[in-house]
Amino acid sequence: MHGFANPRRFLKLARWLTPLLLASGTVMAAIALYVGLTRVPPDRLMGETVRILFIHVPTAWLGMGGWMAIAGASLAFLVWRHPLAALAARAAAVPGAVFTAICLATGSIWGRPTWGTWWVWDGRLTSMLILLFLYFGYIALSDASAREGVSPKIPALFGLLGAINIPIINRSVVWWNSLHQPPSITMGNSAIDAAYLGPLMLSVAGFSLLFAGVVLARMRALLADAQAEARLRRMASEAA
Amino acid sequence: MSRVKPKHQRLVLGVMALVALICAGLLAAYALRNNANYFYLPNQMASDPPPTDRDVRLGGMVEAGSLRTLNDGVTIAFNVTDQESGRIPVRFSGIVPDLFVEGSGVVAEGRLTGEGVFRATNLLAKHDENYVPRELEEMSKHQAEELVVEAREAQ
Repeated sequence: MHGFANPRRFLKLARWLTPLLLASGTVMAAIALYVGLTRVPPDRLMGETVRILFIHVPTAWLGMGGWMAIAGASLAFLVWRHPLAALAARAAAVPGAVFTAICLATGSIWGRPTWGTWWVWDGRLTSMLILLFLYFGYIALSDASAREGVSPKIPALFGLLGAINIPIINRSVVWWNSLHQPPSITMGNSAIDAAYLGPLMLSVAGFSLLFAGVVLARMRALLADAQAEARLRRMASEAA
Repeated sequence: MSRVKPKHQRLVLGVMALVALICAGLLAAYALRNNANYFYLPNQMASDPPPTDRDVRLGGMVEAGSLRTLNDGVTIAFNVTDQESGRIPVRFSGIVPDLFVEGSGVVAEGRLTGEGVFRATNLLAKHDENYVPRELEEMSKHQAEELVVEAREAQ
């Protein structure tokens, strides 16, 4: 694991892994969405609206997974002080926020015909909205610390602190009466018919690979940025 | 005795902080349990009725066989039940969501009247965690399993 903390070795790996992840993720997500949107039978109660499941669920899981990645990378940075871990946390923030926003938007569109409302302030919806705001705060904080050139210790602490929200989102539908239904997929058990479960799992896998590919691409871009800046600074100091 | 490396000290501190944070979050959320509920269950409402001048929500299942239209033609009446013994009669005039059928989940917004009848101003349908295609709806679980076995043998 520590071997890949070396930026040069990381770049060598990321160079071929990034396009591989992005391409395989795109193909898998495209197949899953094609099957989900056109081939799967309508639900007994919700009818055609059930198809939004194949976007809503993967984006919801990855919205939460993105913050777990930020928290994990932040912990690794605080312990081993490796700059690449801080970079990984920074890179995961924007895709995480985008997926959380897609989850909220699709959930709202889904809620209108099935529940009869665009939005309610119940435990699940509110805690997911808080996650989106946490992402915005984290992005602002980590960008500011990078711009000022100070140690990313404060965004790392924020990333750890924000992880408190993840178990709350996960348990919100179990602890409280909420309009959102309880989890359909629990350990080794699924209340989702096999006709939906297959494409759903493929969709989750595809979106996950896409997410990983975007994070790697962003890490490469951030590294290149830092190198370019360091070179400019060196040239400026030599010229002076 | 060897000294603890600073790296390991930070690891232990970090993990302890994370565990403490998650425990704090769980405790806080657990303490909120009753305050963060989105709706009353029927037996909660029966045993501890909310004041009649306050808007509250009532959630549960639409009792099978209880749904009927009143004589005025626009008001529907039904009972909301939970798995236990609680049962609250509800009146509502207006358009109901697609998923509103007998036996399905519902969240009614409105007020409890003095007579113990809940006057709903808005109805929200609640979906459960089951996703089942239309074709399999009529079949019992046993029939559906048989079909699956037959399909597998046919392959």
